Amino acid sequence: MTEFWEIVIAFFLIVSGIFGFVGSFGMIKLKDPMSRLHAPTKATTLGVGGVLIASILHALALELRPSLHELLITLFLFLTAPVTALFIAKWHIHRHETPDSLPPAGEDGKWATHAVEPEKDIPDHTAT
Amino acid sequence: MKLLRRVFPHPHLTLLLTVVWVLLANAPSLNSVVFGLILGIVIPFITQPYWPDRPVLRNWPMVVEYIFVVLWDIVLANVTVARIILFKRDADRQPNWVCIPLDLRSPEAITVLAGTITMTPGTVTCDLSAKGHNLLVHCLDAPDPDAVRDDIKNRYERRLKEIFE
Repeated sequence: MTEFWEIVIAFFLIVSGIFGFVGSFGMIKLKDPMSRLHAPTKATTLGVGGVLIASILHALALELRPSLHELLITLFLFLTAPVTALFIAKWHIHRHETPDSLPPAGEDGKWATHAVEPEKDIPDHTAT
Repeated sequence: MKLLRRVFPHPHLTLLLTVVWVLLANAPSLNSVVFGLILGIVIPFITQPYWPDRPVLRNWPMVVEYIFVVLWDIVLANVTVARIILFKRDADRQPNWVCIPLDLRSPEAITVLAGTITMTPGTVTCDLSAKGHNLLVHCLDAPDPDAVRDDIKNRYERRLKEIFE
């Protein structure tokens, strides 16, 4: 029985390893910044998820004690990852997109990042 | 009943905080349950004035269904995106912006929808329109932006509407 569980745990570890690798490989291969943003969202879902499932199974089947605080890691990742992704995306829109390069925002006219009045006295770092 | 409402202004949050505390302690002892309950009672009580008009979750079976739909989609989408990254030439990929008109109005529901879109690989929520009626989504590979829009509206937004509104 121990062997069976070891195989299952190894399977989840390998799955998470593969997706973690593909996520980091995507950071190199994809060329534009917006596409690069997609790579880390993968590493945090199946990549981390696989390790956590393996950890829960290991505690349950081999150490014979329940251990569920891995679920909290998933919970906190699901709370924080979209926020950081949104911040990076908004930075990109702020610096590199104009209202014309994005699809029209329906009846609201503008996207929120462009609807903000630009500050006058910020030094321009893009001019180098 | 009114007194109960004042002591427990947000019973679901009380339950959630207790569960999170017990999970954090990782040992379901009486100690951690009691301290979790104390936190679960004090925190909603203190934060109550800062969260007016909080939504009431109407449809609990739908919440469970939504979680499983999202988890299943995450697994499927992970495989799709892995294939795009590994086997598709960068020139063949068609990254695209998609505008999703929202039927949802509650800020909490829109937040959940935006988070779901980001966590399912292949799509990232990038911005909200000025008055919050549209979501801007970036797709890693979307030859057909309309299909992505309909997919998100049918799978996630319809269910969230039943949960929150």
